[in-house]
Amino acid sequence: MEISLTVNGILKTVDIADENTPLLWVVRDTLDLKGTKFGCGKAACGACTLLVDDEAVRSCSYPVKFAEGKKVTTIEGLGDRENPHPVQQAWIEEIVPQCGYCQPGFMMATAALLNKVPKPTDEDIDKNIINVCRCGTYYRMRKAIHKAAELQAEKVINESKEV
Amino acid sequence: MADKEKDSKKVSRRKFLVKGGLGTIGVVAIGAYLFRSPIRRQILGVVNSLEAPYLDNIDQPMIWFEVTSDNNILLHSPKMEMGQGTFTGIAQMAAEELSVSMNQIQVVHAASSTGNVDSFATGGSTSISGLWKPLRELSAMLRVMLLKEAALKMNVDIDQLSVVDGVISGNGKTLTYAQAAEGVENWEVPDVPVLKDAKDYKYIGQPIARVDLDAKVYGDPIFGMDAEMPGMLYGAVVRASKIGSTFISADTKAAESMPGVVKIVVEDDFVGVVENSMIEAENAKDAINVTWDSYDNLNTDAIVKMMTVGNGKSSVIQKNGDSFGDQDEVVTLEFRSPIGAHAQIEPNGVVAFVDGDTATIKISTQVVGLTRKEVAKRLDLDVEKVNVIPTYLGGGFGRRLHTPHAVQAAIMSKVVGKPVKYFFSRKEEFQHDMFRPPTHHVIKGKLNEEGYLAGLEHQFVSGDVATDSALIPNALTNFLGADVGAIRGGFIQYTAIPNFKAECWHVELPFATSWWRSLGLLANTFAMESFIDEMALKANMNAVDFRLHQIADEPIDIRLKNVIKAAAEKANYSEEVKDGRAMGFAASIDANTPCAQVVEVSIVDNEIVVHKVTVAMDPGLAVNPDQIRAQCEGCVIMGMSAVLYEQMFVEDGELTPTIYGPYQMALMKNAPKEIDVVLLQGKDTPGAVGEPPLGPIGAAIANAVRRLTGERLTELPLKLSKKA
Ligand code: FES
Ligand code: FES
Repeated sequence: MEISLTVNGILKTVDIADENTPLLWVVRDTLDLKGTKFGCGKAACGACTLLVDDEAVRSCSYPVKFAEGKKVTTIEGLGDRENPHPVQQAWIEEIVPQCGYCQPGFMMATAALLNKVPKPTDEDIDKNIINVCRCGTYYRMRKAIHKAAELQAEKVINESKEV
Repeated sequence: MADKEKDSKKVSRRKFLVKGGLGTIGVVAIGAYLFRSPIRRQILGVVNSLEAPYLDNIDQPMIWFEVTSDNNILLHSPKMEMGQGTFTGIAQMAAEELSVSMNQIQVVHAASSTGNVDSFATGGSTSISGLWKPLRELSAMLRVMLLKEAALKMNVDIDQLSVVDGVISGNGKTLTYAQAAEGVENWEVPDVPVLKDAKDYKYIGQPIARVDLDAKVYGDPIFGMDAEMPGMLYGAVVRASKIGSTFISADTKAAESMPGVVKIVVEDDFVGVVENSMIEAENAKDAINVTWDSYDNLNTDAIVKMMTVGNGKSSVIQKNGDSFGDQDEVVTLEFRSPIGAHAQIEPNGVVAFVDGDTATIKISTQVVGLTRKEVAKRLDLDVEKVNVIPTYLGGGFGRRLHTPHAVQAAIMSKVVGKPVKYFFSRKEEFQHDMFRPPTHHVIKGKLNEEGYLAGLEHQFVSGDVATDSALIPNALTNFLGADVGAIRGGFIQYTAIPNFKAECWHVELPFATSWWRSLGLLANTFAMESFIDEMALKANMNAVDFRLHQIADEPIDIRLKNVIKAAAEKANYSEEVKDGRAMGFAASIDANTPCAQVVEVSIVDNEIVVHKVTVAMDPGLAVNPDQIRAQCEGCVIMGMSAVLYEQMFVEDGELTPTIYGPYQMALMKNAPKEIDVVLLQGKDTPGAVGEPPLGPIGAAIANAVRRLTGERLTELPLKLSKKA
């Protein structure tokens, strides 16, 4: 069946045999966006986190049919080298990644958190950032999340000045 | 002079190769770096610190560097990047001697057909220390080679040339490295030049950002799981869920008619399916009915019983003085650690293509050489015709020292004539891990009149760690008869004690156990340093003073004392319980790197909360202090996770749990809010970094809990008794 969804700002129509195929595999294999990772396939690690209509979703356990007509954002669409998202910028400044495999999922979860809670407390972070990082980068991640909140706030101020 | 002659023998001239390539004007291959140390020294090296030989002296050109037309340098790394920061460290080392800027160096994994195949593995915290000398020497040689060519082209005496950021200048003229390399057919191979003096380092010692930072922040497809080949199909292999299963037969009827089935492959030792999509492959796999011969009745209790000091075979690995005299005053404590899973987030996977007599394997592995050999052997291919192309690793931790899946994918590819990609499900990762073996420790100690230890004895038992790992021959995995991996951290480090002994027992488990980051260190140090703390309490002495007094005076001992003092000072170590928080102390030596830690804990809802960890470590020369800090932070958190939460069970012959969550691991909320790292430099060459900080964390936490609650926790994972 055909499913239409907007991925990183571009409208895509994909032909999928089984509408229950997890969104993760459509993104990775059909659309060839490999930044969203497979870790467990059971919504237990968060490596596959991406945004559906700006909400963090564990795409390994999210049937593609539910994405029909929706806006999907992956790490590739969050920002790029010319225009990093504040979360990516903060991750670079704090030199967060080690192996790096879990990082896109954490960055997407953080982007979703900042959409809702622009200035998260440590408690907000503990409650909302529940992915698994085996390399143990949580210490730097926490710093990076606070920094991303600052960068995002500055960006909002600058943008409003420009307007 | 004699030294210089020896130096000039290090590189064999005929192995220098220069060739043109797409976008590459000079491919400079610097050949086998010859070992001067005889095999015996290599063996000793393995035993002492796991500093195993790092390069095969294979008879083919090996590409180390490419000078590209845009004046950048590609550095082909024999070591894999799995998060430990090796690519960044070696880029710094190469940039230093090549006189190029950091952003002119790009590090790539060496493919086995062209690059340096590591005869050992990426592991054991040896990458930077192993490459420290050869890589800087090769880089310096390449610089001189380029200078020589430039001198000819510029018609300027070589002594008048200088280089800044890969641009050579002299006598008012300039030439880039790329221009110098262009068109050169016969390179003159120089002697190894004098290397830079430490005081002139520009990059070595700097906290430079990771070279793979951008790729990892923008989601580039760099991992094994992201690898593809044109026209590839998806495979899946049926795995038993019970321990010790031997494949008997397979009923593939139902699976044959599943949608998308290309081929069902039945071999002597496995059944696989090849399909058009990953999902179809998984579904078809589930429809295959395999008969296994397995252990059905195993459970955790039976494993614990098996893994008890006194079982199996024992080896005394350290002994000084006498055994205990008066048995009455001997304190005995027993400790246990559970089965641990690697739980790296990227599952094991591979893409293989067997095309006639050649094979191409894309894989995230810690063992390029072994993978290559195993594929060649099973498929009866010439080793030289198997090209293993390594990718970035989504975590290694020892899990990727075994790659039988490469062989299976290659077989499936050969059958269907197309590339086949296949990877483990999370359940398979948990059940078919090569686990950290459970351990049991019996420690005895006796105080003298002054309150110090008159005697100390550590008896411990472990399953295989290095033994039977296919990685290095068993002749090298044993130290006085004991498993060289199991004994890490098992030695007595307080060698001023007059009488001491360490004895390691070995038990074969019915499931595979192997290398888990830091090997025996995590459990051994937990047991030993918990015991030392208990004896300090008994002696009514400060835990830091108690330790310092009983350390001898060899260079390594002095470095250990220094990290102990530095950690205590930085953390303001105190044995007073304040505001419901207590501190705990522990120290260890691993692979010649001493490390001490102070933790601050409290108890909330009967759970142990770690607020702050202070780490003092002496890894020798710090090539990249920021990455060393990152490794300390990571080890602290991974170690915390292992000692507070993680545990595999055996139920009715199955290893469980099979998913994150039930296999509890540290999350953001559990990580300490403060990690303070102090780096000392007690020697002028780089040492081990990626594992040593895993040593002290378990005992440091247990010791803090003891001081807070009075309860001595002796089993990992650490759980408070309900009454606390
Ligand atoms: S892969 Fe989706 S949560 Fe683990
Ligand atoms: S950086 Fe390796 S798992 Fe998080």
